[in-house]
Amino acid sequence: MKFSKVFKGGMVAAMAMSLVACSSNSTTSAKSTSASAEAFKIGGSGPLSGDAAVYGNAVKNGAELAVKEINAKGKVQLEFKYEDDQADGEKAATAYNTLADWGMQASIGATTSGAGQAVSPLYQQDDIFAITPSGSSPAVIYQNADNESDPYGNVFQMCFTDPNQGVASADYISENKVGTKVGVIYRNDDNYSTGIFNKFKTEAKKLGLDVVAEQGFANGTTDYSVYVKKCKDAGADVVFLPIYYQPASQILAEAKKQGYETKFFGCDGMDGILDMEGFDTSLAEGLYMLTPFSADAEDELTQNFVKNYKEAYGDTPIQFAADAYDCVYAIAQALEESGVRASDATSDITAALEKEFTSMTFNGLTGSDVTWNANGEVSKAPKAVVIQNGAYVSAE
Amino acid sequence: MKLVKSLFGPKTRGRSISFALVIVAYIVISILQSAGSIPRMISSLLVPVCCYIVAAIGLNMNVGISGELNLGQAGFMSVGGFSAAITNAVLLNTVSNDFVRLLICIVIGALIAGFVGWLISIPVLKLEGDYLAIVTLAFGQIIMSLMNNLYVGFDADGIHFGFINNTMQLGEGGKMIVSGPMGVTGNKMISTFTVGFILILISLLVVYNIIYSKEGRAIQACRDNKIAAETIGIKVSSTKTLAFVVSSALGGAAGALYMMNYSSVAATKFDFNTSILILVYVVLGGLGNMTGTLISTSVLVLLPEMLRFLSSYRMLVYAIVLIVMMIVTNNEQIKTFFEKFKKQKGVQAHE
Amino acid sequence: MAFLSYLIGGLGLGSVYAIIALGYSMVYGIAKMLNFAHGDVIMVGAFVAYFALSSFGLPTIVALILSVVACTVLGIVVEKLAYKPLRGASSLSVLITAIGVSYFLQNAAMLMWGTDTKIFPTILEGTLTIGELSIPYLTLLTILSCIVIMVVLTMFINKTKTGRAMRACSEDKGAASLMGINVNQIISITFAIGSGLAAIAAVLLCATYPSVYPTLGSMPGIKAFTAAVLGGIGSIPGAFLGGLLLGVIENLARAYISTQLSDAIVFMVLIVILLIKPTGLLGKKVNVKV
Repeated sequence: MKFSKVFKGGMVAAMAMSLVACSSNSTTSAKSTSASAEAFKIGGSGPLSGDAAVYGNAVKNGAELAVKEINAKGKVQLEFKYEDDQADGEKAATAYNTLADWGMQASIGATTSGAGQAVSPLYQQDDIFAITPSGSSPAVIYQNADNESDPYGNVFQMCFTDPNQGVASADYISENKVGTKVGVIYRNDDNYSTGIFNKFKTEAKKLGLDVVAEQGFANGTTDYSVYVKKCKDAGADVVFLPIYYQPASQILAEAKKQGYETKFFGCDGMDGILDMEGFDTSLAEGLYMLTPFSADAEDELTQNFVKNYKEAYGDTPIQFAADAYDCVYAIAQALEESGVRASDATSDITAALEKEFTSMTFNGLTGSDVTWNANGEVSKAPKAVVIQNGAYVSAE
Repeated sequence: MKLVKSLFGPKTRGRSISFALVIVAYIVISILQSAGSIPRMISSLLVPVCCYIVAAIGLNMNVGISGELNLGQAGFMSVGGFSAAITNAVLLNTVSNDFVRLLICIVIGALIAGFVGWLISIPVLKLEGDYLAIVTLAFGQIIMSLMNNLYVGFDADGIHFGFINNTMQLGEGGKMIVSGPMGVTGNKMISTFTVGFILILISLLVVYNIIYSKEGRAIQACRDNKIAAETIGIKVSSTKTLAFVVSSALGGAAGALYMMNYSSVAATKFDFNTSILILVYVVLGGLGNMTGTLISTSVLVLLPEMLRFLSSYRMLVYAIVLIVMMIVTNNEQIKTFFEKFKKQKGVQAHE
Repeated sequence: MAFLSYLIGGLGLGSVYAIIALGYSMVYGIAKMLNFAHGDVIMVGAFVAYFALSSFGLPTIVALILSVVACTVLGIVVEKLAYKPLRGASSLSVLITAIGVSYFLQNAAMLMWGTDTKIFPTILEGTLTIGELSIPYLTLLTILSCIVIMVVLTMFINKTKTGRAMRACSEDKGAASLMGINVNQIISITFAIGSGLAAIAAVLLCATYPSVYPTLGSMPGIKAFTAAVLGGIGSIPGAFLGGLLLGVIENLARAYISTQLSDAIVFMVLIVILLIKPTGLLGKKVNVKV
């Protein structure tokens, strides 16, 4: 046991050294700031390891692609740094501070809502502008999330808030008579999923839709047979899935196994299901979803993006990548229109970005004529699509 | 006087080293911080490090001193953290001093977690070994699952609770404190490094006072040989309960401090992985060795952040470092090598 | 009828837990360590089978064999590199090392195979219909495999020379080595068998629940650990029974009590059972002497 003390002495020394090393690091990076004063420093964080790593990687790739393209155009120059936060509030705060040490001037925020909720106060405290691609919880932009008041003011969203998606989904199902008896399978330990579900339920009640089954599953669930069977037994003629595409793919497979023929309806998290490696796309036949982005869209912007993304990273981009791509373009547009320079004080850049974002109109992958209100909430038209013959078709 | 004596008595060298280490570290970091030479990335980790240290000291009491493998320490952090968040929101307008309110939150967090710990200890301590471990794991999971479905709101009429579905209608000026899977939102951040430092000192004081007391010796006797301890008249169950309750109360205090450092924390933060992480700090620092816990926790919390330059290889390298550290610290040859070295040094010191 | 189908679904899920739990329990019985990396061995097995099936289009049985071989090798390598140097160290040190191995495997998988979820190909379709009841063949296959594995393993442990050596090691390693048993070799064999079983579990798990991703093994790993303890850790029939019971309770709790709280209910039942039987359902009560 005595050895351990010596060893620990070594550890203390190592710790002290790393502290020193780290502080010297930050000073060198401070110097390099002044050297390349022309480029704006854009930060961002998201899960690059852990359970949710697929979203962080998509955002990182989408944003990097946008930065490359914008820099090649030669108008606004951007420097981009994306830190791992493991979709965790504590890690996100550290990632944020790493970025702050680096000299971040604007940001694409945190990728996931949980992390976003924890860093939004930090962005406000330091007065740095952020627009999150996918942190869709109202708590990311509002200090008082339940009645959506006290906005942070400098934190914006590129995606719809979860409650908005819930309302839009109920409206769509009711207006287009997709079904009358609704079964819901949602993830009850997830912010995104319960956020959509709760609002959906209230709205559905208002519209006279009958919610016949509500099933919550937890992260790490492997067996979905009970959830599907309960919807089937309740006679739901439409099953609402406010969840991500990975569990959804399993639910669709399970429904087929049980011979359950119904309509399925998803939100933006469903995008990506057709591009899962090994997924039998016939399972998703007739699946409705409200999504601002589809990789199959035929407009030039989307097609170019998908082509370049595939070339650079080998995958088909999911909605997260598209949202991140749009975030960077929106920031670049705002920077360009406002005429601020990278050498200006961060608070001036933030003020300029806030002003531009609340007044400009943006056209991107995830929507055209996109605008933001002063709270940071986005306004764009949700697109309903339905999957036919393994491809998205507009449902309108 | 008694305290001073007990701090530097021959039996308590470990204790004085712990205190000295914490105090020196605090002074050095405070000086560096006021000189502005600590990057923000590090300074933002100071409070979490303090939290993990306190939770790990508590767990070491349980695993090291009392010899019961506990895989649910994060559950107690969760209980402490959520109670503290509720307390913080309720007292926001009545107690305006942040420091006082933080202390109240921590005390309440510790008390409630200690109480839950006591409740849980009743069934848990009927079991032994890995069966005991799995039940602590089970309680950790149950606590997480319950917290994930908990809704707490606060308005002029007082506190409202909801479960699974949020059905509450809050009055004018009402505010949700805990909203299910979203966890605590809009929490006012009041934790400071100084409070973290004080909390570490207090927990060390508590733990050492127990270790060097009659009860502490009884606890260790039960760990080393239950039957022998029983035969000399030690009441095994009550001594073990003491260790378990202290451990969970410290976990609760740690959770409270942690919660107060962030505006939003979800229940899933305190999952099995967090429990395991704290256990890693304890085992790497050495069972029953509080100084070791202090150091290993600081190193292991900072390590993944230090490895950020490796980008995507970061967690891979962290895993390798962890394995290598375990192998090295347990290697007989290296152990004996250092022991020899140590002995020589000891001899020189005597001369 | 609904009850029966929930029950059978639960048995299918439970069989997967049971196969994983068998690996857990064997390793625990011999090496006295909680191998928290066991779940991640399953993940590796799933990826190997996935690539064999969908990238190379190999037949299922070849994919299964490849996966078993890969996991067996992995099990032995991990044992030699990470656990063997810790022989003689406290069981907690080994536990922490196992956690390190678990982190390592997960992150290595993420770097090598990406973080996106892949869909495991269908290996067996169709359902057996008896009256109103319809049971997928896959569920039957899973339950059947589990029973076969349990029987073979029990016979192996009780009848063969290696099996006897294993039992000897689990009783007393020192005495076993004095009797001329190569303890290190036996431990390696145990890890090999446990990891091979993990590969079979992986294929069955992913055939039923077709998602393959780097953290796939953690939750089934914890559940299987729970099952092993529930049945009495170290006991092979115990792991079997514990696994089945866990699967059934989980499914019935979801069907009849609450889907949101099914995990909490499973663990609650575990606690109650352990209070009644403190060493699990079929665990041996070890008498401690002073």
